[in-house]
Amino acid sequence: MKYLTEYRDPELAKRYLEEIKRTVTRPWNIMEVCGGQTHSLVKNGILDLLPKEIRMIHGPGCPVCVTPLNLIDKAVHLAVHQGVILCSFGDMLRVPGSEMSLLEAKAKGADVRIVYSPLDAVKIAADHPDREVVFFAVGFETTAPANALSVLHAHRMGLKNYSLLCSHVLVPPAIEAILEDSECRVDGFLAAGHVCSVMGMYEYYPLVERFKVPIVVTGFEPVDLLQGILMVVRQLESGRAELENQYSRIVTEEGNQRAQEIIFEVFEVTDRLWRGMEIIPNSGYRIKEKYRAYDALYKFEVDIPEVEEDGQCIAGEIMKGIKKPIDCPNFGTRCKPETPLGAPMVSSEGACAAYYHFYRLTVEE
Amino acid sequence: MELTKKRSFTLQCPMPKLDFDIITLGHGSGGILTHKLLDKGIYAILEDVLTASRHDGIVLEVGEKLAFTTDSFVVSPVFFPGGNIGDLAINGTVNDLAMCGARPRYLSLSFIIEEGLAVEEFWEILQSIRLACLEAGVQIVTGDTKVVEKGSGDKIFINTSGIGVLHPKAEIALSRVAVGDRIVLSGPVAAHGVAVMSRRPGLEFETTVRSDTRPLHRAVEALLDAHGVAIHLLRDPTRGGVATTLNEIARDAGVGIQLEQDAIPIDEDVKGACELLGLDPLYVANEGVFVAIVSGDAAEDVVETLHGLEEGRRAAIVGEVVEEHPGKVVLRSGIGGTRVVNMLAGAQLPRIC
Repeated sequence: MKYLTEYRDPELAKRYLEEIKRTVTRPWNIMEVCGGQTHSLVKNGILDLLPKEIRMIHGPGCPVCVTPLNLIDKAVHLAVHQGVILCSFGDMLRVPGSEMSLLEAKAKGADVRIVYSPLDAVKIAADHPDREVVFFAVGFETTAPANALSVLHAHRMGLKNYSLLCSHVLVPPAIEAILEDSECRVDGFLAAGHVCSVMGMYEYYPLVERFKVPIVVTGFEPVDLLQGILMVVRQLESGRAELENQYSRIVTEEGNQRAQEIIFEVFEVTDRLWRGMEIIPNSGYRIKEKYRAYDALYKFEVDIPEVEEDGQCIAGEIMKGIKKPIDCPNFGTRCKPETPLGAPMVSSEGACAAYYHFYRLTVEE
Repeated sequence: MELTKKRSFTLQCPMPKLDFDIITLGHGSGGILTHKLLDKGIYAILEDVLTASRHDGIVLEVGEKLAFTTDSFVVSPVFFPGGNIGDLAINGTVNDLAMCGARPRYLSLSFIIEEGLAVEEFWEILQSIRLACLEAGVQIVTGDTKVVEKGSGDKIFINTSGIGVLHPKAEIALSRVAVGDRIVLSGPVAAHGVAVMSRRPGLEFETTVRSDTRPLHRAVEALLDAHGVAIHLLRDPTRGGVATTLNEIARDAGVGIQLEQDAIPIDEDVKGACELLGLDPLYVANEGVFVAIVSGDAAEDVVETLHGLEEGRRAAIVGEVVEEHPGKVVLRSGIGGTRVVNMLAGAQLPRIC
């Protein structure tokens, strides 16, 4: 398959691995920001192949994992008590809320539907003028253009029964929060290629300058990841801290400007709570006042009390790179994909789920 | 071979003339409407594959060692590229019998129809059933038809049970799986699941992928004729795909399974669709391939035998049974790393980004 096979070439992968081994002289902690990268590292068995000096830390780039508990409770509430058609990407459905997950709500009769695009949710709204349709808009900058577009579509079609439950989060403020954390041990970053394909690279220059940390915008295939790691290691070994672009076949300096226009037509930047972390300033999008009619938080009565996390899940420490999934006493024992205590064990991009698949060989069951 | 070409409804099979165009609750009442549906529909269309006793059951004379299996079919949507619930229901049970090392002979056929199903669609399903029965050489010997209220079903559910006669050389059992055995896959994976998904509401996408639904008993018979007891276990990796089937074998037989990613046959268009949807093809359903666990020294001959058959043209050795990591399936990735291939926790959900 063109554009995939060449980035999975075993010979090329081997050459990059050898070059990494030749270049590295001391231990380095490198964080891959995006859950898709974590998934690929694990799925391709790359963690095992890297020299022991390179320790990969799995970042907060799994939108499902960082969606706050209270927002999941709100989604469940809308579906169960307000009778809306709650549309969501499939990944969100199994994440435990404080009472139940959306999947459990569905089993109890709530109208919860998996869609593959927010535009499908708009279509459902158009087909059911007598029902309210809410799309659970989670994700990073990658899903923001399509979610914003769904609002514009609904607006153009004059739909009054479509809204977003918005939980958008942004990558650069999260990297900043991680670097500001006194426990931070990250020496270099693989930035998320798909996020940068939308947003471009300009947001990352200030981070490189301020924190003197190498950031390499990186893709998702094995050869992409290995090349990105090599680029970070080369910078670290030579004492440089620069912004580089491994994923240049997709990512440009300025990003996709049309997509950015759509985002900023509908959304504005806001502070946001990250599950397992804290409120990070300017780290999310909310719907602008102009489009408030499409904001489920304004449209519905959803004042659900905040429920304390029960503390069994150490997702926050894992996403900041302070702990590894296998450091969690519940990992692989009480917490498994079929009985998750927290979101990172649910999502296909969650670090715990990825580790569970990879490390089950060595973990006592 | 001629039969495989006309797998779908054709005008060679004229539709019965009827005074109703949807199926209603009355058609399941047991009264006049039911008899109309049976006589003018089911019996008429299935005439040449039906051994109807018009009784509550059938009396069969079978003097040999038998295999018996049952399966229910609830696929949604009912029609998908490459087939429909009708041929799926026949092939599914035919294949379960084949996996026991049996030649399928007799099937039961039961419908649960949701009120409102278009008669035209039902006829098309019946025609597919007929063609699948002819191709597999099985007779339908008993059956049932029920109709449920709108909303209590999803168009149509089908249950089939089947009886088959065991191949004299068949010695197929989990207990025969042993370290050193090789794992043979009879053909490319994941086509059925992708074909069905391409027609799911909200997910429709243009694809050339067609379901691989087909009977596998001929291939199994050829293997048993040629290699007999060297065939230790046969399984068809339907729901949950190859990963789930191999996990079941590893767990139940207490052995480790080592897979080679690059050896697993898969079509480019299927691979592309899986990439797009974020699905791992190892977990996607198949309806026309099987996994054979065979003794190590016979593996290459088994593949050669399969290569001589239409169903096994793309067969390959994809792994082996090992002493290490009992109960687990471990895959060596294309770039040489390894990972555990787990059972699926729930339904496989497409990822977000």
